[in-house]
Amino acid sequence: MSGNRERTTGAQETRAGKFGAYGGQYVPEVLMPAVEELADAYERYVLDNEDGFVDDFRSRIEEFGGRPTPLSHAENLSERYGFDVYLKREDLLHGGAHKLNNALGQVLLAKYMGKERIVAETGAGQHGTATAMACAYLDMPCEIYMGRTDVNRQRPNVFRMRIHDAEVNPVDVGAGTLKEAINETMRDWATNVEDTHYVIGSVVGPHPFPAMVRDFQSVISEELREQSRERLGRLPEAVLACAGGGSNTMGAFSAFAGSAELPGAPEGTHEPAPDVDLVAVEAGGSSLGVDAEEGYAPNSASLSTGTEGVLHGARTKLLQTEEGQIVESHSVSAGLDYAGVGPELAALVDEGRVTPVNVDDDAALEAFHRLSREEGIIPALESSHAVAYLEEYDGDGPVVVNVSGRGDKDLDTVIEESAARDIDGAPTMEVFEE
Amino acid sequence: MTRSEVRAAFEDGPALVSYVAAGDPSAEATKEYVEALVEGGSDVIELGLPFSEPVAEGTTIQNAIKRALDAGMTPDAYLDLVRELDAEVPVVCMTYYNLIYQYGSEPGPEEFVEAAAEAGISGFVVPDLPVDESGPMYEACREHGLDLVFIVAPTTTPERLERMLDRTTGFVYVQGRLGTTGARDEVSDDTPEALERLRDADVPKAVGFGISSGEQAREVVASGADGVIVGSAYVDIIADGVENDQPTGAVADDLEALAAELKAGARKGLPEPERK
Ligand SMILES: Cc1ncc(COP(=O)(O)O)c(C=O)c1O
Repeated sequence: MSGNRERTTGAQETRAGKFGAYGGQYVPEVLMPAVEELADAYERYVLDNEDGFVDDFRSRIEEFGGRPTPLSHAENLSERYGFDVYLKREDLLHGGAHKLNNALGQVLLAKYMGKERIVAETGAGQHGTATAMACAYLDMPCEIYMGRTDVNRQRPNVFRMRIHDAEVNPVDVGAGTLKEAINETMRDWATNVEDTHYVIGSVVGPHPFPAMVRDFQSVISEELREQSRERLGRLPEAVLACAGGGSNTMGAFSAFAGSAELPGAPEGTHEPAPDVDLVAVEAGGSSLGVDAEEGYAPNSASLSTGTEGVLHGARTKLLQTEEGQIVESHSVSAGLDYAGVGPELAALVDEGRVTPVNVDDDAALEAFHRLSREEGIIPALESSHAVAYLEEYDGDGPVVVNVSGRGDKDLDTVIEESAARDIDGAPTMEVFEE
Repeated sequence: MTRSEVRAAFEDGPALVSYVAAGDPSAEATKEYVEALVEGGSDVIELGLPFSEPVAEGTTIQNAIKRALDAGMTPDAYLDLVRELDAEVPVVCMTYYNLIYQYGSEPGPEEFVEAAAEAGISGFVVPDLPVDESGPMYEACREHGLDLVFIVAPTTTPERLERMLDRTTGFVYVQGRLGTTGARDEVSDDTPEALERLRDADVPKAVGFGISSGEQAREVVASGADGVIVGSAYVDIIADGVENDQPTGAVADDLEALAAELKAGARKGLPEPERK
């Protein structure tokens, strides 16, 4: 693969940064040289393994990160649904979510590039935590932007970032979620672009971010293929992953869509596997509509209900009004609460390779409790969406659900929301209150 | 080539390009403000069409955009406003690409550019549309005789600069400093260098990002700029007016006075014999 820029991928990444009609580089001119410099570094270090960068990444994500993560058979769920359910355990990665794959990759790349400072945005706080962790590990100063709403609903992660010596800047604009945090981080980057790298947390943003983040996350599907072969003696019938920006989604799908290959991947782990259904589970929130008048969508299902537009550096599917104003999204899970989605994922959906579905807030909360009760695994509210779709899944299995992260960070939200909504199977804390 | 009304506005000596966000705090007020800015000596009006995610703006203009959106500004209302403007100077539309792209029945820039031309817009500044993605927009502007203004940043490489100059008509927007818009107390040291790089380019050069006083305007023109672009300093006045419940007329008077100061300052930056 080395040196080959015209990579043919599932989503036809025919020229740098374009996935069919999507992708591109729509950023202020002040950032363009940085984006070009990064694209160049991506090609040299990540695609061509210059200076052994990818080897360094692979050994650190094992040693520091704890890869490979297991593929666990979920016995009780398998019995419940009548087909085999396996869980890809990104919750067991260091930091408790898949986000470290990308954060470690990018902070390491920034080091190779000679950058001196890291900025990042975060929604659920998992990306911020992973970035802060990678920065502590690799000795880089780090500043994180986080919407005020998310600061309030993800307090354990705020504290974790600060423990790793990152500065956390709450963003008070708008709804105070991921969209606002991204805007603010772009402003910081534009001011300090000469020595600063922006670690984008998902497969979104201008080229090379969507391709690069996918490549760092592709270790998930690389392992998933190997483990399926060993454990199941076959590839799974379907892979389910939740989609916010889409990084755990692309990470879990890429080797099956034939779209990513990091140097050093085991032979044959990236061949297209058209028989494996790839299902992106979005946050249906409380309803699928968009209230254009209020500039509000009570969901973040941009793959299922969005329209094409340009946001945060890329052309992709967006939640927007007819006029093109971006609307505020909603999900009970902070990490899915975003009006956009990765351009490659949008292209894969248009091609019919990825099927977008969605489950609502209540279903995600129920799935959170179900997995905790039945399998002893507390999933992130984001991942709970993917788990919830098992209730509707119609097939024979085996099915792999990507458990993108663990749910410790979500306990406050879950206690509050479960009580408010009368969620099935939720324990209450009332008996302990005076 | 285009008839470039925008370029013509630079012919009488250092030009003042004045920005306000359309609809801040109302469409009616914007009309008065624009007239006052022209009265004060503005040669080009840069009228912002508010977008919900203004990533190139600092806090001042970000808040202005929010006030305008809250007051109901839309692309159609914007075009109505432009039609009703009584400005004798060219009006340039400053907005983000998604609004241009979404307008009309088909995705793409053609319909908005056409509608803008009909309404009386003379050109565009689109901060999140770098030259590399500007093909369809450039074609649409050419077809309707509108200028497409590119921003040259302190980080812009010589190679990118060349690509931009190939497609620039009207004037070059020289971003005077790193970062986002917002009034500053001093002219950045980057400015003379940025202008030096453009010395041989056959197109007027206007400097923006941070200019807020006559003295700064003088300094920028003395460094070789053909014009100054001012936005946040006006928007600060408008924000003050909103906060203190001032009548539109009083705010307009203050805007006119600042424009006059900036214009006079810019003139002082010219070498003695060229002053008019
Ligand atoms: C555990 C977990 N899963 C999923 C997501 C959603 O992001 P993405 O769609 O990029 O994987 C997040 C985001 O913070 C997360 O923390």
